[in-house]
Amino acid sequence: MIPNTLPSSLADNPRLEQWIGFPAEGRVAVRTGKVELGQGILTAMVQIAAEELEVDLSRLDLASGDTRDTPNEGFTAGSLSVQIGGVALRLVCAEVRSLMLDAAAARLGCPREDLAVEDGRVLQDGAATGLDYWALAGDLDLTRAATGMAPVKSPAQLRTLGTDVPRTDLPEKVGGAPFIHDMTAPDLLHARVLHRPRKGARLVALDEAAALKAGLGTVALFRTGDMVALVGEDESRVHLAFERLHERARFEGGLALGPEHAEPGFLTGLDTAAPRIVERGTPAAGTAAQRVTATYSKPFLAHGSIGPSCGVARYADGRLTVWSHTQGVFPLRAAIARALGLAPEAVDVIHRQGAGCYGHNGADDAAFDAAIVALGHPGRTVRVLWTRADEMGVAPFGAPMVVTLDAGLDAQGRPLDWTIDIRSPTHVDRPGANGGVNLLSAEALETPPARPTPADFPDALGGGAVRNGFVLYDLPQQKLVHHFVPDAPARTSSMRGLGAFANVFALESFMDELAEAAGMDPVAYRLSLMSDPRARGVIMEAARMCDWETPPPDGFTRGFAFSRYKNSAAYLAMAVEVSVEEEVRVSRAWCAVDGGLVVNPDGAINQVEGGVIQAISWTLKEQVMFADGAVSSNTWETYPILRFSEVPRIETRLIGDPAHPPLGMGEVSQGPTAAAIGNAVTAALGARLRHLPLTRDRIMQALLAD
Amino acid sequence: MSLEITLIVNGTPSCLVVDETTPLLHALRNMLGLRASRFGCGQEQCGACMVLMDGKPTYACSHLAMDADARVVETAESLMGHPLRAAFLAEQAGQCGYCLSGILMSAKALLDRTQSPSREAIVAALDPHLCRCGAHERIIRAVERAAAMLRGEAA
Repeated sequence: MIPNTLPSSLADNPRLEQWIGFPAEGRVAVRTGKVELGQGILTAMVQIAAEELEVDLSRLDLASGDTRDTPNEGFTAGSLSVQIGGVALRLVCAEVRSLMLDAAAARLGCPREDLAVEDGRVLQDGAATGLDYWALAGDLDLTRAATGMAPVKSPAQLRTLGTDVPRTDLPEKVGGAPFIHDMTAPDLLHARVLHRPRKGARLVALDEAAALKAGLGTVALFRTGDMVALVGEDESRVHLAFERLHERARFEGGLALGPEHAEPGFLTGLDTAAPRIVERGTPAAGTAAQRVTATYSKPFLAHGSIGPSCGVARYADGRLTVWSHTQGVFPLRAAIARALGLAPEAVDVIHRQGAGCYGHNGADDAAFDAAIVALGHPGRTVRVLWTRADEMGVAPFGAPMVVTLDAGLDAQGRPLDWTIDIRSPTHVDRPGANGGVNLLSAEALETPPARPTPADFPDALGGGAVRNGFVLYDLPQQKLVHHFVPDAPARTSSMRGLGAFANVFALESFMDELAEAAGMDPVAYRLSLMSDPRARGVIMEAARMCDWETPPPDGFTRGFAFSRYKNSAAYLAMAVEVSVEEEVRVSRAWCAVDGGLVVNPDGAINQVEGGVIQAISWTLKEQVMFADGAVSSNTWETYPILRFSEVPRIETRLIGDPAHPPLGMGEVSQGPTAAAIGNAVTAALGARLRHLPLTRDRIMQALLAD
Repeated sequence: MSLEITLIVNGTPSCLVVDETTPLLHALRNMLGLRASRFGCGQEQCGACMVLMDGKPTYACSHLAMDADARVVETAESLMGHPLRAAFLAEQAGQCGYCLSGILMSAKALLDRTQSPSREAIVAALDPHLCRCGAHERIIRAVERAAAMLRGEAA
């Protein structure tokens, strides 16, 4: 695997020393800009480095996401951590090993072909030479730029890559305290921050006295602009005082937010810019024997991390240090510095693990909250913890979308022309995106930074709303119409899969509708329009796994779906088995995945199957609700998610060829899960549900309408 | 009003001065430094804070510290030598891990009652707990494995 161009992570951080060092006898320092979000990336990085350096895993000290000394790899997002960041690290490690062999050959005066490395020690024709990496490190110039030209190991040579190395972070998570929430300091101040219930609202009344009384005289109020925090050493008292403050705070103005926004149909009533049209190919000649048109939608979705967002910050001697479970320490540093008028060099941002992260949640906002309060309390370590209600109510949401598909079919049921029409607000409002600061409390400051002109994630990087808008099927022509909704009533940003979740739900539901129109079996129909061999491979494997040709047991139906995430990451085909009574219950799922070389198969399966379960929850249960100018689905009771008693048995097979480069797998299963469920539910009801979530009410409506 | 209580946590008694309103969770985390029990919602809806009190699963976020006076409290820190810990690591039962401490304690209460729980009994014991990453099946397998270890049937 010698790339023609360096992966962006390496182009942006070219010096070998930015990635690798040999600081002490027997130890190797490895640095990655990618961060642990619960997905197991640190374990994958350690495996990659150990493999290409030829050292034991236990010798590696991995640093991750620290503006003081790790490479700037932007955000940990888009299923690119292994595909880009891991490949960059792999090239660096292969190059360092190669340079070590050159240095040893020079010292020993022998051809380097005679040399090999075993756990950092150099062997000559299999015998010890007395040289090792630590003796040779001084001979190397690690300040030089990586060339990316050193050959990496072939699949047959791999020893650690492709094996189930246990997660390095898990032992501390079973009975330990590894999270940012668990950080403490002798000078710790606990803080809770009051957030506006909707965009643009202003704080008009505050009952400071009642709050301070509830805090028993040990809690202080800190205010700058509309940004109000309660601060104290006793967390219980701060919490109690905050409940009182929150109860009595009054906000006015801002964008209208009401029950109507729970249904994504509201998007069709909002102004959009002129639609953007992208067309590939030309429609096939001939007149359509029939047309099929259908509209699908998904509502606002909440990230719903089990741990509310937390930020820790300390300002001392002119330096601001911020600890955050952010996805991007460098972009967060830039945004904080800009919003607070500090030089970026005076701000350090250090990643600490939080609860599971599925995209742009409240992590950055909580970090900024802590930074503001810390600036007001020099010499103290400030810990801001969000409430459950804020985690569900003021963090960014996954964007609502409305997707319409239209195709003309020839007499054999093959599409002659094809249009996908996508309507959505932005999928990117991260710190720094579109030139904005984009931190929640920045807008409450006395002089808020200018809001950027909203825009969506660029197509070149996978797109936002249009992600997976084009299909891999063999179509003569595909037209994509993108209506960008600039002003959604609630904040939207990146959530696992971005537009791919709604688009794949729509497209793979539509494929079943076309198969029905063509009078064909859904799997056979897909195969009849698919020439990509890797796509065919997963489709056929998933069909075999679930024994598609054999009908499911009585009382159950099956549904099928396929997608290649972003049309550039891993391929996945899957089937689900459901039963539908008053509610939909998914009893089984089968997934076949081709992600090329898989660094850690067990970790990959964990990601794929976790994605299936999360997407079942999105598909069957989840919908953000609004009332009285605020989010009303701000508890687990009002925003229920899938429980232990509702998860299916899942089988997953990884069928990629390890000779192919690794492809991202963290967001591959969400869209197909929704479509497979929709298709299975259609088989059960004889009527199609096209609007998520597929709740009891919607099933009853469909049955009554039938 | 402040009051003095004695908490017996993981076998060790400690005297603490708490407010009448101090949740058990804050007493454990901030006064005793036992930070494996986690804040999730504060509303008895997610189970991240679950501890055992006199052997019964108890939401530490809403249970008052003073009501735990002289009671026996167990937290996830007590499981270092327990088969549950080994089983969760063997099954790689977790993704982000934030929900695990509470789940471990409900599993411990179940295994204290029976070393041969059915899958249905495990699911029922864990149903008050939310996991957002989707590690449910691995977690169920880990509890089954821990039970087998307690029965001497698995390593």
